[in-house]
Amino acid sequence: MIQIKLPEEEIAGVPLRNHMLLAAGILGTTGASLKRMLNLGAGGVVTKSIGPKAIPGHHGPALIPVDGGLINAMGLPNPSKDFVEEIAPLKGEPVVVSIFGGTPEEFGTVASWFPDAAAFELNLSCPHAEGYGASIGVNPRVVRECTEIVKTYNKPVWVKLTPNVTDIKIIGKAAEEGGADAIVAVNTVKAMRISTELRRPVLGNVFGGLSGKAIFPIAVRSVYDLYDAVDIPIIGCGGISSADNVLEMMMAGASAVEIGSAIYDSVNVFSEIAADLYSEDGIPAEEIVGCAHV
Amino acid sequence: MSEMPEIVTITTVVNETPTVKTFVFDKLFAFRPGQFCMVWIPGVDEIPMAFSAANSITVMKVGDATEALFSLKAGDKLGIRGPFGNGFSPSGKVLAIGGGIGVTPLFTLAASGEVDTFILGARTREELVFADDLAKVSDLKIATDDGTFGFHGFVTGILDQIDVVSYDTICVCGPEMMMKGILDRLVAKGIESRGQFSMHRYMKCAVGVCGSCCMDEHGLRVCKDGPVFTGDLIKTGEFAHYHRGPSGRKE
Repeated sequence: MIQIKLPEEEIAGVPLRNHMLLAAGILGTTGASLKRMLNLGAGGVVTKSIGPKAIPGHHGPALIPVDGGLINAMGLPNPSKDFVEEIAPLKGEPVVVSIFGGTPEEFGTVASWFPDAAAFELNLSCPHAEGYGASIGVNPRVVRECTEIVKTYNKPVWVKLTPNVTDIKIIGKAAEEGGADAIVAVNTVKAMRISTELRRPVLGNVFGGLSGKAIFPIAVRSVYDLYDAVDIPIIGCGGISSADNVLEMMMAGASAVEIGSAIYDSVNVFSEIAADLYSEDGIPAEEIVGCAHV
Repeated sequence: MSEMPEIVTITTVVNETPTVKTFVFDKLFAFRPGQFCMVWIPGVDEIPMAFSAANSITVMKVGDATEALFSLKAGDKLGIRGPFGNGFSPSGKVLAIGGGIGVTPLFTLAASGEVDTFILGARTREELVFADDLAKVSDLKIATDDGTFGFHGFVTGILDQIDVVSYDTICVCGPEMMMKGILDRLVAKGIESRGQFSMHRYMKCAVGVCGSCCMDEHGLRVCKDGPVFTGDLIKTGEFAHYHRGPSGRKE
């Protein structure tokens, strides 16, 4: 297997310790758990998505392990502005603050609370929160406006996209036009399960989003498409659980990756993958980014 | 591997006290004492709960979800996910200290013959849970806050009367301030790592992914790294100071 070198420069404006970030929504609710993931080998961490007001999230069941992944409908639970204090001890660390809002103005308000963020990741892609996430992230104009507003806070802006659209390239281009520094692809794939014995949906919210190995091919295809459509870096996300998966994402066009659901199998997934992925005499990652494009 | 909720049918509802009921169901779960399950009350919510036997949970009415659970009767269905977490791992001479509904996971430990001495506490006599059964399987000492049965005061009052250092493992579950009183005493004697404390935090996923139940200062997950933690892991940080609610706000 190919091995690569650790990054020597910032990726998408962020000084990552390696090419793998903790994905948004995974162990990102507290400063202490984010710190723990950095200590366990994450090259950077993305926080739980923070919004304009504190919300408790959907009723349970909120997450169900299924064959090949996890289905969740957490419902964007978040402590809102209280999160500023939560991550204050992480100042100077590669912490990307995920934010959401119902309007571009709300995105701007939330961004204004985090002057110490290494970057912002705009959640325009959560598939199970009415009025937020994917329900506005399917509109290219809104995506561009949200990006433009957050960009005024002089931080790198990453825009996380939903795969639940006809053409993800159109949304990616809208983010690029708005000044995005990177595209993160992809968020979860809209999904549900039904209890046949109870004859009713299992998730409290009826439907949710599928993550994990089952969506890896969808994520690879999305990154491959976006690499042809935009000139800014792409962060690959969706079902990555091995060093070979990281390489495959890079060959599709990703400059870095985010890992989330693989935590279900091992909280040490970052150091386990790094042991396989990196070598001092490895090749620079840039040599393989997008190399599969034919 | 798919871990869809196992659908069970309630066969019996036992009124343990005015605020506590046991729900017996028609399927068995292989659990270690101290492990928990997620109980899905269809159409309402899903909440973490200790097993009180391989085929039952014992529940105190504390909120909307448990109130809905209390309205269920034999023949009604629940979804069960689990067992989850690490459970107790006692060795040598074992002391168990349970307060209120926190007695449940310790009751299963005692029922499997793993407890020598049991200190049981409750607010008042009629809120004592499992006292008769515990007396059959352990040296049982009882405290009630109002003195209506046994020692008049808290479980720590009984703890102060016994030689705690003579125990190799001290398993604890109950209200956090009660557990704090016990941890303080173990720390004072330098034996906090002999203490195994079963923590309760707001949970959503129960499989170590979402982060809702992470505790300061180490960022440990109550659902996956716990719910049982040795005293040395929790003596600093948020224990007995604060916890986080559904939104992640400190309460």
